[in-house]
Amino acid sequence: MTTADRSVAIEARDLTRKFGTFTAVDHITFDVAVGEVFGFLGANGAGKTTAIRILTGLLAPTSGTARVAGHDVYTESEWIKRRIGYMSQKFSLYEDLTVAENIRLYGGIYDLTREQVRERTTRMLERLGLEQAIGTQVRALPLGWRQKLAFSVALLHEPSIVFLDEPTSGVDPITRRQFWELIYEAAARGTTVFVTTHYMDEAEYCDRISIMVSGRIEALGTPAALKERFSVDSIDEMFVRLARPTAGIAT
Amino acid sequence: MPGPSASSVVIERLGKKFDATVALDDINIEIANGELFGFIGPDGAGKTTLFRILVTLILPDAGRAVVLGGDVSAAIWQLRRRVGYMPGRFSLYPDLSVEENLRFFASVFGASVEEQHDLIAPIYDQLAPFRDRRAGALSGGMKQKLALCCALVHRPEILFLDEPTTGVDAVSRREFWELLDRLKATGLTIVVSTPYMDEADRCGRVALIQRGRILGVDTPTRIAASFGRPLFTVHAAERYPLLLAARQYEYAATVFPFGDTLHYTDRRDRVAPDEIARGLREYLGQRGFADADVKQASPTIEDTFMARMGEPERAA
Repeated sequence: MTTADRSVAIEARDLTRKFGTFTAVDHITFDVAVGEVFGFLGANGAGKTTAIRILTGLLAPTSGTARVAGHDVYTESEWIKRRIGYMSQKFSLYEDLTVAENIRLYGGIYDLTREQVRERTTRMLERLGLEQAIGTQVRALPLGWRQKLAFSVALLHEPSIVFLDEPTSGVDPITRRQFWELIYEAAARGTTVFVTTHYMDEAEYCDRISIMVSGRIEALGTPAALKERFSVDSIDEMFVRLARPTAGIAT
Repeated sequence: MPGPSASSVVIERLGKKFDATVALDDINIEIANGELFGFIGPDGAGKTTLFRILVTLILPDAGRAVVLGGDVSAAIWQLRRRVGYMPGRFSLYPDLSVEENLRFFASVFGASVEEQHDLIAPIYDQLAPFRDRRAGALSGGMKQKLALCCALVHRPEILFLDEPTTGVDAVSRREFWELLDRLKATGLTIVVSTPYMDEADRCGRVALIQRGRILGVDTPTRIAASFGRPLFTVHAAERYPLLLAARQYEYAATVFPFGDTLHYTDRRDRVAPDEIARGLREYLGQRGFADADVKQASPTIEDTFMARMGEPERAA
């Protein structure tokens, strides 16, 4: 870690990204604390994906600064990639590999020793109650299990921050809640969780949330404080009020 | 039982398998003319298979389905002109413009965009500023609106929308449902599926579907009310520890996170709700949650869904 402040997992100051004349991310400033569950909300096309690509070291910003797990997004993006985990609804595991093969593959990518992989695999599958599925192809697992497994695999190298992009889309309501309990568990162990979702009730599971509108962060705080400030009963209502889409163009 | 003229869809003992996987198991549902009817359930519940059968794209293995008076296994060609279908996956031509997609779908059915203008105008007006944009370059919400236009352009008598709001943000979802309300007002029968439980309230009646089976069919209000036992919300600042502690309470039946609260049900049948709330509050107080707030609450559709789905999916 090169940063002085070890209690801050993500630190963004005036972070901006332009594509030609279009400003996808427009001077966003926020901190995420270590061990926090941070909900990153916004309408489609508000700039969330661009911001996440910057914070995961995949895209350089145009201006502004950001440090992720103590590393600079301009100069240390390779370090960032080692220190974070990532899971999305669209892609998480290789469906034609078995559970064990997927875990070995990830372990290899993150330079874990064979010993570490073996030990962590056992622990993970035990925790998920998936021991008997170790030789099963991932495509044969129910969606809910795949998502829980993908989350655990994203944590295999014990990253300090995990980015979850719509992790629970389409999952049944019980599995969705079990998934959130895995998130809580990880956060309680000190992992920082940065999550996007279209389920507004899930926003209330987060410690704090931000709402992005047209590239800017228009609201930031605990769900309870935001509801009070906007005098609304639910995050859904607040979201609708803030996030009226002004353009129909994807970013 | 309403006569055939009052029903747009009659599904009897319908079943479908893919190899050893049971996609649909003994489905029985009747949908009246002019209804806005929702199938609510997660991915893999069988919604898409059911819709594909109803729009004549695949054949059932068992039972039968009658749409607009025609059997979906026999009256295939007549039905295809009369039903509108919006598949779950974006199925328009990404390289054609908004306008070109619409004209193409109209021409396939021998219709013209101008003839249908009154029906699609409320939706098309929102798309008009992007008329010349490639469909592939539209935002998620706009793609959905264009797909809806294309499904309507031959003036169908019934509209099947498979997960039109999946992956779309909360604002666009709300706007989309407002459009469906307008279409319903024209008398069109609309059958829609969604994984979002909170959208059930937008439908006249809903069917809860999970792993190929129907868990219940009724109005959203009655489904929520059918939960059938006292439900409590529990709130405290330290949520995760609160969840773990509540689960350890000797009388706890179910404890689920629900927004910023927990939803709790009790094992005991003969204890008054006030008594349950007091007991739980006292227990949580002893466990160090001095701020625990326990209140009786009205169940939601999601509570009913979870109660009826029983065991969640098991791994192999």
